Amino acid sequence: MHIMEGFLPWQWCLLWYIISLPVVAYGVIQIKKITDKNPESKPLLAVSGAFVFVLSSLKLPSVTGSCSHPTGTGLGSVLFGPAVASVLGAIVLVFQALILAHGGLTTLGANIFSMGIVGPLVAWLVYKGVKKANGSTLLGVFLAAALADLMTYVTTAIQLSLAFPVPSFGVAFNNFMMIFAVTQVPLAIAEGILTVVIFDYVMKLRPDILEKLKVIGPKVKEKVEAVV
Amino acid sequence: MNNKQYIALLFLVAIISIIPLTMYSGLGEDEGFFGGADGAAGEAIEETGYEPWFESFWEPPSGEIESLLFALQAAIGAIIIGYVLGYYNGRAKERRIIERKPKK
Repeated sequence: MHIMEGFLPWQWCLLWYIISLPVVAYGVIQIKKITDKNPESKPLLAVSGAFVFVLSSLKLPSVTGSCSHPTGTGLGSVLFGPAVASVLGAIVLVFQALILAHGGLTTLGANIFSMGIVGPLVAWLVYKGVKKANGSTLLGVFLAAALADLMTYVTTAIQLSLAFPVPSFGVAFNNFMMIFAVTQVPLAIAEGILTVVIFDYVMKLRPDILEKLKVIGPKVKEKVEAVV
Repeated sequence: MNNKQYIALLFLVAIISIIPLTMYSGLGEDEGFFGGADGAAGEAIEETGYEPWFESFWEPPSGEIESLLFALQAAIGAIIIGYVLGYYNGRAKERRIIERKPKK
């Protein structure tokens, strides 16, 4: 999903920066608010950020014969909301742009938009939706993480087709979808599974924090505590 | 879920990542396989005649250095996750002992 350094015309770089920066700024305020209200959630915030670090460093082979990586933003978004996950995503993207030459400073705004904003937003909406429909918590987490991963790459495909509609937006979109989104399908499933594993483990150990963060309701908490 | 279920799920993830390797067994970078999707997109863009207008200030000088830095990134994340979850796990065990609640 990394758009490489210099691979977007400057007007697009500027536009994505203008959209992304306020969200990241809002996320920083949210982090302050959440950790002031629930200081004991800080270690989980660290885990969420660390999860993005690990998952986005794993370049996995896919059925299309090329390699790509998961994003890891679903966990943070489900636990702390999409804006906080934007900050976590932005930190990793800066790290990768400066140290690994993956992505870049000019394309940072665009990359934050796909991995740090659209992905987490999808995760959050899906998780809330499943919860509202009384679906199982873990099913919600799986779908949230997998779809966040997939939609991040669809977003990159859209961004590139908008900037390079050669010969037309539709044809370019098809091309970039083949490169990014199709490759991503098995990886999205893998990310969903990994997120379920770590979420379930956290839920078992600290259902109290998850309840305070309003990730799970009191009923789920009681059920978890009865089993452990 | 219990530990066995965790291991089963992690095993499933391993299988998902092994399948492509067996599908294209014997093929490698020279045949155009297992390159990064990011690079593939870059090539598609360059085919439109576009030339990148900015280059990274610094790039890992070789594949070895790059894998070193990626390993570092994963290690930073892994140690934080392990530390926090290990701490939580220890606390939960202590609590069970204090409450004299046997583990089911």
